[in-house]
Order: sequence, then structure tokens, then C-alpha cells
Amino acid sequence: MKFKAMTAVVALAISAPLVFAGGADDDTLAIDGEEMISKTAAPAHMEETGIDTIISGWHFREDDTQSMQTDSFDNPGMIFVDQAMDMWSTVEGEAGESCASCHGDVSTFEGLTTKMPKVNEDGELVVMEDIINNCRTERMQADAWKWSGNDMQSMVALIGNQSLGMPMDVAIDGPAAEYWKQGKEMYYTRYGQLELSCANCHEQNYGNYIRADHLSQGQINGFPTYRLKQAKLISKHNRFRGCIRDTRAETFAEGSDEFRALELYVASRGNGLSVETPAVRQ
Amino acid sequence: MASGVKPRVKVPSSASAGDAITIKTLISHPMESGQRKDGDGNTIPRSIINRFTCEFNGESVIDVKMEPAISTNPYFEFEATVPEAGEFVFTWYDDDGSVYNENKAISV
Repeated sequence: MKFKAMTAVVALAISAPLVFAGGADDDTLAIDGEEMISKTAAPAHMEETGIDTIISGWHFREDDTQSMQTDSFDNPGMIFVDQAMDMWSTVEGEAGESCASCHGDVSTFEGLTTKMPKVNEDGELVVMEDIINNCRTERMQADAWKWSGNDMQSMVALIGNQSLGMPMDVAIDGPAAEYWKQGKEMYYTRYGQLELSCANCHEQNYGNYIRADHLSQGQINGFPTYRLKQAKLISKHNRFRGCIRDTRAETFAEGSDEFRALELYVASRGNGLSVETPAVRQ
Repeated sequence: MASGVKPRVKVPSSASAGDAITIKTLISHPMESGQRKDGDGNTIPRSIINRFTCEFNGESVIDVKMEPAISTNPYFEFEATVPEAGEFVFTWYDDDGSVYNENKAISV
């Protein structure tokens, strides 16, 4: 595998200009002057994968896209964060509550995203979307938001943005161990007619091109990300679904238990990388 | 009226006289082109920002006429020379007659 990857890189380097040389670049990511951890040593559980450095997806994007993320004004994802800020104090539902009436300032959620997904008191694995919708239906008695809807992902981004720069640190032991194992199993399962697993692209071939797409390690520390292609915030589960669909498989649903487990496992592969929410990608 | 419209402007808070400064502006707006049709085949009416202006102490800095092909959330970045302390006034004109304003003071 390593030899094959090397020849591919060499072939590309000869036939194409520098931009297509493959691999992650050596730029430094700083958002509004504050440096992010966008490359760091892989967490202990990844020893068997052969990856010793985990790399943010930012390093695999073009310079123009990269620079949009370095300034929070230039980052189009911040528009949605702003919108969520307005929703934060908007009263909705029959209980007459807003997010602000229980939680006060949103900055109290600093650091929460670095621990997500996590196992709650009932032993269930929950992700940020679950927590938000639980608040909406139980406490606010309002309608639940659609998983990948604008409202939902803007709010996930607002809460995520409070942890900007803090390293991801999800728990994979104790009650989470079982879910983590399930997620890991999915990561290495080949899906679809193309028989591709997550690992085939994002572990064995990151830095190479799959047609025109520059493969990253598939880190989710910047989600929800603003994708230029869709011009809106994209949820983690939407991206999982997109990847599995591209293998020509029937995908799992957004908000399914399978994707929750996969989210935990993929998040744990990024333990140590800074939260970049909302990141800007191609 | 278009919903969720919110102007954002970034201007340095101070500059030296005669310096060229970079101004960034962005307004969140759907910029519906008037060319699209909804599920029933009816034309979705045009709703865009059709003009953007910036003035400094009453003097025009930039005046832009905008057309339907401009995408969602129009972003403008331009440079201006600041001769004295004063105030930038940014104005966006919506198709529906709404006018959105944003002011930024700058010292020298």
C-alpha cells in the first residue's frame, strides 16, 4: 500500500504543477490571529492504523479556501453563527422559554463540543443535535428541528464556536467503549457496490486524489462546516451519508444510532485537534 | 420582505490620515434572482439588493448597482483613503424598498 501511494505521489508530482503534489501542506492555521492545533500526534488508540500525525482537513484545501477560514469576518459560516445568536434569545414553544432563559450566555458552553458525542445518564450515546432537540421538545415544548436543517446546524455551530481552538477530547472508555467499538467496526466496513470503507480513503489514501477530490483524513473537528459547494452549513451526518452514498450503498439515516456511533469513533480519531467550527471547505 | 437580512461591516477603528484602509462588508440576503420556479411551476418573484453605497462624511466612496446574477450574501471588499476622522455610512437598497444602514466611525 505504502509503495503504491508513493508511486502515485511521484507520478502526480512529475505530471502536474506544485499545487497537485498531494499530501497536507505546511501552512499554519490561525483564526483571527489565534493559532489552532491543526496537526498533532495521533491519539494512542490509533497506533495500529499507521497514522502518527493527525491532520485537520484545512491542510488539504486550496489556499483561497484556507484563507477564508483565517478571518472570522471572511468566514461565510459565521453568518449562520450570527443567526443562531439571534435565535438563542428568541422565545419559542408553549413553555415560553428561549435558550437564554435557562442557559444565560452561550459562552457557558465553552468546551462542551470537545466532549461530544458522549454517553448520558441513561447510558445512551448522544450528540449535540440530540441535546438541542431534547431541550426544544422537553423544556421549551417547541417543535424539534430537522437534523441537517439550517436552524439546527446554525445552533450546533454557535455552540461549537464557543470551544474554538480547544482540543477535541471525547471519552472512548467506560460506558462509551461499546459505542466506540461499533463505530470503529463501521469505519473499517466496506459499503456499497464500490466496496469502499472509510479507511480505504481517509486512512490509507489521504493526501492522494480520488478523481478531482483531494482526500483528507476525514476529521470532523471543524463541523458543522461551511461547504462552498452547497453555500451552507453541513452536518457531520450529512457528510457521512454523502460518503456512503458515493460508495453506491443504501445509507444510514441522519440521526441514526449507527451514525452516532460512527461520529464518536471519527471524533476520537481527532482527539487533540482544535475545534475549528465553523470550518470552510470546498 | 426578505427575512434574515443582516448587514456586517469591518472597518479599522483608527488609521493615519491619507492611509488607504481595507473595508469589508457583507449582508446576509437570499438574493432571489427572479429566474427560478417553485414546485408548482410559478415564478419565484425577484428579491435582491439592487444597490450598495458607502459614504464618508457625506462624500461618496463607492456606489454599486447590483443585478440578479449576484449570489446569496453579497460581499464587498474595497479600499478607501481616510483624509480625516469621520464616519462611514453603508447603505443597502432592497427590491422591496427596505433600506439597511450601518455606520462605522474612524479616528485618525
